[in-house]
Amino acid sequence: MEMNSDILFFTLATPLVTALVSLVFWQALRYQRIAFLAGAVGYLVFATMLMTEVHTHGYVTLQAGNWAAPFGITLIADLLSGGMILITAVLTLIAALYAEGGIRSREVSNIFHPVLNFLVFGLTGAFLTGDVFNLYVWFEIMVVSSFVLFTLGGSRSQLEGSIKYVAINVVSSSLFLAGIGVLYGLTGSLNMAALSVKLPQIENQGLVTLASVFFLVSFGIKAAIFPLFFWLPASYHTPPIAISSLIVGLLTKVGIYTLLRFFTLVFTTDLAFTHGILLILSGFTMVVGVLGAAAQIDFRKILSFHIVSQIGYMVMGLAIYTPMAIAGAIFFVMHNILVKTNLFLISGLVRETHGTYTLKKLGGVYDKFPFLAVLFAISAFSLTGVPPLSGFWGKFLLAVGGLEAGQVLIVGISLFVSILTLFSMTKIWGEVFWKKLPESTTIVIQDQKQLFTRKWLMVTPVLILTMLILLMGLYAGPFVDYSMSAAKQLLDPQGYINAVFVN
Amino acid sequence: MDVLLAIVVGLLYSTAIYMILQKGLVKVIIGVLILGHASNLFIFVIARLTRGAPALVPEGMDLVPEPFADPLPQALILTAIVIGFGIQAFAIVLLQRVYRLTGTSEIDKLNTTDRIEATD
Repeated sequence: MEMNSDILFFTLATPLVTALVSLVFWQALRYQRIAFLAGAVGYLVFATMLMTEVHTHGYVTLQAGNWAAPFGITLIADLLSGGMILITAVLTLIAALYAEGGIRSREVSNIFHPVLNFLVFGLTGAFLTGDVFNLYVWFEIMVVSSFVLFTLGGSRSQLEGSIKYVAINVVSSSLFLAGIGVLYGLTGSLNMAALSVKLPQIENQGLVTLASVFFLVSFGIKAAIFPLFFWLPASYHTPPIAISSLIVGLLTKVGIYTLLRFFTLVFTTDLAFTHGILLILSGFTMVVGVLGAAAQIDFRKILSFHIVSQIGYMVMGLAIYTPMAIAGAIFFVMHNILVKTNLFLISGLVRETHGTYTLKKLGGVYDKFPFLAVLFAISAFSLTGVPPLSGFWGKFLLAVGGLEAGQVLIVGISLFVSILTLFSMTKIWGEVFWKKLPESTTIVIQDQKQLFTRKWLMVTPVLILTMLILLMGLYAGPFVDYSMSAAKQLLDPQGYINAVFVN
Repeated sequence: MDVLLAIVVGLLYSTAIYMILQKGLVKVIIGVLILGHASNLFIFVIARLTRGAPALVPEGMDLVPEPFADPLPQALILTAIVIGFGIQAFAIVLLQRVYRLTGTSEIDKLNTTDRIEATD
């Protein structure tokens, strides 16, 4: 079967066209919504086609402007990037639905539609590019869009949170640029496949390690690993959930994606050093994140700290560096994107009913909205890793991979952190769902029926995500197979290099 | 020339870090501005300097005669400058909004999102 490379272009162009159409319909909210929904559906279709293409051919490549690699910019999709784009597409559709129900201000809605599509555009580019400088440009598109989303609405906490977010991201970009400079100075190329070939031949390997640290810190800031995560719990909870739903699930995972890409393809010359550092950082990330969550009393802040903790598991898989462990990391990324977004969306629903996120003022959700409580319980148990839900399989792969590689300590830490995660989830469960409603709190929406009829646009995405989480847990086989093949692909850079240079 | 520019890059980086660690938001933004310049100049220097030899193909030849100044780092820097310009503009507007809303531009007073307290 002939490889259909154009699908890469269509996947990339859809969010851009949607964003531009939304800009054209600046004041016409109805048309913006139609464009957004159509764009999200179209993107999902292209993402699925891309995934089938990647599944049959292994790699799909497109040389921009027909300039042969390494002189032009290469667009390339492998199983990992195909999967990331597919999950981005699902989340975009979810975010589109949830936002229609959740955003009340017309002005906010007007800006939200184009900017979210620019964010998806940046994400797609970052997943597809095979060129380091091009990745920098995609990162900036993504980051600037997220700046706007963070500040949209302009409340005090949003502005305060975004100061930290903006400042740390600018520092991250500068380090990224410096790393690019070192790589270019060493090899004279910025194509990732070319770098993978040229870097092991460099005489002065110390400089390669130096470059790897620039990238480690820069991506580490984006992924929020220890000790570079402090911006996350300070800013992630500030925008309304309807606006931040896509950010919460995906933005840190782009950092993880680039770490996975760079530390399997580009920087593999000094594994003992780079992956040794990653292993230590992953342990600290898991523990510090979960302990930070224990101290919090705000629904969203607890969840924000758990994002940090879970990032640790993904980095751990990369650091152990065996097919099984990396497959675990990939499975965990997919699972975590779904579960984390779902938990945030549920916290948004609780906010709709109770008008607050503070644990002390919340209560009685199980009494009044039992179905909502069940939805929360599924996601929370899945996050903790209770079998047979999706989190279990991710952690199982990671633990088996770690034990096979003889990394007993880090596996022990990861299992211990799971127990602490369970503690955090029971805290939310006890305070929000089981506790009696405090007398001082008045609830806005009285019963379940009212919630589901009046807020159906916000409930449907939660239902879809819960179904996907259940599917990923109860029917885990294909997902595990996919993760294993993606991990094998990552650990065999030669396939990637051939795919880039053949065309 | 390389040595002189290397020292300038070092000075720019240290100035930028010093400014970013200040308490006033204006100083932080100035630091961020300088940090961008430091990175750009760093790329320029590390990609090796060639003076007085633009990458232009002379008439009657197919290739540029060596040595010539590599145009790619300059293209990279140009892109980075433009992107940096946009981000700096956003940061300055953000600073202005924060100052209008809170009446302060001191980082230490803008820490409510870090505190453990009730929020709505």
